[in-house]
Amino acid sequence: MDFNFNEEQTLIQGQVAQFIQRDYEWEKRQNLVSSDLGFSEDNWKTFAELGWLGISLSEESGGFGGTALESMIIMEEFGKGLVVEPFLETIILCSGLIDSCGTEDQKSEILDQVIAGDMHLALGFTEPQSRFNLADVTTEAKLQDGSYIVNGFKSVVMNGPNANKLIISTRTTGNQAEKDGITLLVIDANQEGVSLRNYPTVDGRRASELTLENVKIPSSCLLGSEDQGFQLLEGAIDNATLAICAEAVGAMEVLYKTTVEYTKTREQFGQPIGKFQVLQHRMVDMFMEYEQSKSLLYMATIKNVEGSQDAKKSISGLKYQVGKAAKFIGQQSVQLHGGMGVTDELNVGHFFKRLTTIISIFGNTDYHLKRYSQL
Amino acid sequence: MDLTFSKEDLDFQAEVRDFLTSEYPLGIKEKQDKRLPLEKEDIISWQKILASRGWFAINWPKEHGGTGLTPTQIYILQNELAGANTPVLIPFGVNMCGPVVYTFGTEEQKKKFLPGILNSDTWWCQGYSEPGSGSDLASLQTKAERKGDAYLVNGTKTWTTLAQHADWIFCLVRTETTDIKQEGISFLLIDMKSKGVEVKPIITIDGAHEVNMVYFDNVEVPTTNLIGEEGQGWNIAKFLLMHERTGIAGIAALKRELKRLKEISSDLIVGEASLLEDTNFRNKIEAAEIELTATEFTELRTLSQISSGGAPGPESSILKIKGTELQQSISELFIEMLGYYAHPFLTEAELGSNASIGPDYAGSAMPHYLNFRKVSIYGGSNEIQRNVISKAILGL
Repeated sequence: MDFNFNEEQTLIQGQVAQFIQRDYEWEKRQNLVSSDLGFSEDNWKTFAELGWLGISLSEESGGFGGTALESMIIMEEFGKGLVVEPFLETIILCSGLIDSCGTEDQKSEILDQVIAGDMHLALGFTEPQSRFNLADVTTEAKLQDGSYIVNGFKSVVMNGPNANKLIISTRTTGNQAEKDGITLLVIDANQEGVSLRNYPTVDGRRASELTLENVKIPSSCLLGSEDQGFQLLEGAIDNATLAICAEAVGAMEVLYKTTVEYTKTREQFGQPIGKFQVLQHRMVDMFMEYEQSKSLLYMATIKNVEGSQDAKKSISGLKYQVGKAAKFIGQQSVQLHGGMGVTDELNVGHFFKRLTTIISIFGNTDYHLKRYSQL
Repeated sequence: MDLTFSKEDLDFQAEVRDFLTSEYPLGIKEKQDKRLPLEKEDIISWQKILASRGWFAINWPKEHGGTGLTPTQIYILQNELAGANTPVLIPFGVNMCGPVVYTFGTEEQKKKFLPGILNSDTWWCQGYSEPGSGSDLASLQTKAERKGDAYLVNGTKTWTTLAQHADWIFCLVRTETTDIKQEGISFLLIDMKSKGVEVKPIITIDGAHEVNMVYFDNVEVPTTNLIGEEGQGWNIAKFLLMHERTGIAGIAALKRELKRLKEISSDLIVGEASLLEDTNFRNKIEAAEIELTATEFTELRTLSQISSGGAPGPESSILKIKGTELQQSISELFIEMLGYYAHPFLTEAELGSNASIGPDYAGSAMPHYLNFRKVSIYGGSNEIQRNVISKAILGL
């Protein structure tokens, strides 16, 4: 048993932590959120220069051959700074997917640019009716003269506004919710027939509604095998679920600590409110929820790196716990900060909002509890 | 024990429904149904319509302009108004300042202030909390020094709801520094147009401008604006908090929202069946429904006690806690129902131009959820309410 990071991992953690502290002050972050782009290209370039963008990608793809453990370390630190740069979408979700099943051409065409910080990606895997079911796909792709003709709609595509290329799940055969018959395709954002309606999300990030109308995609843009996209998609979402849980753990750590500090200084009735037992116990519960989440995060990450038999199940267990903890810690941090907790000015409310979206991204507690019992 | 309405009560219910059909303006109804923000003018015009029918100052005694509805009629009226999703009344004048003025004010003050409250020509706001005085309200520092016929007011109030619209503010101010902090507090009415009053917006996490900071810099207030005696402010505030808490459960609005949640989730097909048929989700709705029914009957029991001569007591703290917990849990079920479609975050302007992302009911769910975090904080936080129950009812 060893829960310590190795030397290299400790180094990365220190590097990311230093970036958050030195280059990602709260005011700067808020300016990025309200900027046109929604994040900083300069920061993204820095990530590329420091090697973070390729850290968990295989060496064959031009990466550094790291694992989900390195992703976890980065995402946990990002969570502490509420980083809005689309690392989760471009790197974890999409690049990881291409790394795992892309052709040599796809890897060299896409991943080289991604690792250099010159390309952004997004994954269109949800539709208005699909809720959390990855297999519920109605967007249709028909093979015609060596090209796929795609028609359909993808909802709430995270990082859609910024993506140069999008990976989409399409149905090539089978019924609406069948796992067989799902095919993943890579499309260009500016391709004819692709239209995006872009908007901000409540957590300060960006997303799009994606309409596909007679989009013609050469068969060379097929990712993985035809009809066999579901397992690939599920794997990508599982990896991203681990990563977003790491982000949540980082965010929860900041929130419970900020709340504890606040209650030590905020005085009412002639004493710091942290002296009131009812609040002490509340914060003890917040702290315990955080620790429990971190324990499952480490467990699930290690199991996935090792490829354990119950790796998938451990991810659903983790997401369930993180959903429960994120809700409790988020809501109580606001409550214990009183009126200040609901102001736009204080960071607490923004951490709360990101935790609120994380609860449902890649499946909420009900969904993962059910999946846990089925796996 | 009797749970049925009399014939007269049923007639009254029909009367309210007729009134809503003919008098509820379509322009306001449309905004309300779409959950769009209302303008100040919308709220005032709706309050005036209610007032012209005699259904505005429903809790006031007849002698001061109330209409003498029975508690059952009030219950019916509130249920019908909320059921039809009519605008929430702004409580600061009619439910707060009004009762204080007719209970503690002089004849002159009643003449000066009550008409404007009854006809909604005066918009009131509440100057209680201060940056350093939240739950510990009695520690407030805003000073009112007597200088001849006027008080000189200096200090800062915060979380002042809709102060940007207000003509007047009722304030708790410190007129004397006393050993027991509650004893030096007075209740003062201040014209917002006075020199030295400044309002600054506070933007909340739902992106809205609802609350404000209000600064007083050497504001001169005539001593005739003092309600009651100097030093009586804390007792008046306690009286007022009781009034505030009786309506705070918002039962009728909760019933409407729960019904809406059921309707929408029964239309939302997830795989083979509707979301409402999903056992986990359905159980959460049912648990909320049972809690809501219990709270409704706790309120009815309190009301029947009041109608047989009792005063609203610390039991109203139960209603504040349970009502606000339900507001929060039901708003949470809305965002849970929406899944990813709870995440798009549009400005009010975008919402108004029919540009909603996803289903048209989606856009308001997250702002409501975020906004409702306030309800367990304001009006005496739920922690403070539990202290009240533990001290005043359980004697702990």
